[in-house]
Amino acid sequence: MIALKHISWQPPGSGTRVLDDVSFGVATGRYAVLMGRTGSGKTTLLEILCGLRAPDSGEVWIGDREATSELPGERGIGYVPQDGALFPSMTIREQIGFGLKMRSLPAAEIIDRVKEAAQEVAVEHLLDRKPVGLSGGERQRVALARALVIRPSLLLLDEPLASLDEETQDDLIALLQRTQSAHRITVLHVTHSHREAERLGEIRLHLAGGRISDGANHP
Amino acid sequence: MSQRSESERSVPRPRRWRFSPFWFILGLITFGYLGFWFAMLAATATYTSPHGIGAILLSPEIRYATVLSLVTCTAAALASVVFAVPISYLMSRRRFPGHALVDAALDIPIVLPPMVVGICLLIFFQTSFGGLIERVIPLTYTIAGVILAQFVIAAAFAIRTMRNVFDHLSPRPENVALTLGATRWQALWHVTIPASRRGIFAAASVAWARSLGEFGPVLVFAGATRFKTEVLPTSVWLAWSVGELEQGVAVSLLMILISMIVLVAVKATGERV
Repeated sequence: MIALKHISWQPPGSGTRVLDDVSFGVATGRYAVLMGRTGSGKTTLLEILCGLRAPDSGEVWIGDREATSELPGERGIGYVPQDGALFPSMTIREQIGFGLKMRSLPAAEIIDRVKEAAQEVAVEHLLDRKPVGLSGGERQRVALARALVIRPSLLLLDEPLASLDEETQDDLIALLQRTQSAHRITVLHVTHSHREAERLGEIRLHLAGGRISDGANHP
Repeated sequence: MSQRSESERSVPRPRRWRFSPFWFILGLITFGYLGFWFAMLAATATYTSPHGIGAILLSPEIRYATVLSLVTCTAAALASVVFAVPISYLMSRRRFPGHALVDAALDIPIVLPPMVVGICLLIFFQTSFGGLIERVIPLTYTIAGVILAQFVIAAAFAIRTMRNVFDHLSPRPENVALTLGATRWQALWHVTIPASRRGIFAAASVAWARSLGEFGPVLVFAGATRFKTEVLPTSVWLAWSVGELEQGVAVSLLMILISMIVLVAVKATGERV
């Protein structure tokens, strides 16, 4: 279960709240889709969940613990931002293993888990390459493997299919469905696309005017 | 008929050139500006004979000034980058009260007359606090002073260059690194710095080139003592002040050559400076 309780956030120097007393929850193992117009605060909401941005007020709950003041790396969250945000100077092998290296896991375990994650998203043939020259679909697969390899309890996807053609989107939608069901992981997926929301979302949330306005599942 | 039009399509037609007064005038201004510069450089290059230039550049005092310039510029450029990376990263990634004020303050060395910077340095090291530093590292009228005088100006240019680099570098990979368990330091070290290698090289090159041309602060703070604190710009000034025009020209040509090499190196990084 993840839950946001009465989250508010206002950009410094602005008189308008981007998030105004937002509350919702997603039960463990469910696939939630968050929709909303550009600038409605979807990415801000994900950043607050990740711990990359502190809310002005409210609480973030992950499982049975309050995580509002936890550092991003302590929350057990896999984050896939728009365009994958791959590390430009690292090989795909290094990127996927980055989270494991930061956790100081033994080298042999890192090698095994990187290989396993790369196989799962079908990028094992790219392991020794750098991100430059990868297609949009390949970039998102690598970003997904990098997020999954740390075995997160929650996967946050910020418009991961936005810049892809329909065929690649279909492949990745199938991959996301397989991955979510294999790991029984909780997913919060931000998108503009009704097609993605219909195919992936077990729970559909809509953010407008700083509030979750429909399909909300309040804790 | 259709075959003919097919063959006509397959042969690329030369683009018809049309005279545009607008672009012509802009081109003329560019050509005039660059032409003036090239005329100046050509006049300087032909002022003295290649044999004379070689003899001057191989003289002991100019060899000393050349080596000292290369060493001090490199030290000043490295120090500039060491300060520029954290300062620019802070200014690019963080908003805080007084951000605009700090941003403007960082540009002060760029807008101050260089001679004034030298005077400020000299006066600072006459204060009791400056005196304490001098007791540990003697700076006034020393080689370390040359480096410091070059650094205070060059660092401002390195900061401006690095700020541009970080502003154009997406923070998303750093954010992902944080969610994967990296600390801010680790994200900076493992993700941001490797991604901005070319920018760091460009900032170092700009700082190096600025240091090479720095004259005012070096003269005021470190002096222009032969075989001690004489760097290439002070060699030009010393030669000029005693009427040795050929020596001044030869050293100037050497500095032009070095500057061109640095310019090519910076352009090769693809960074905008």
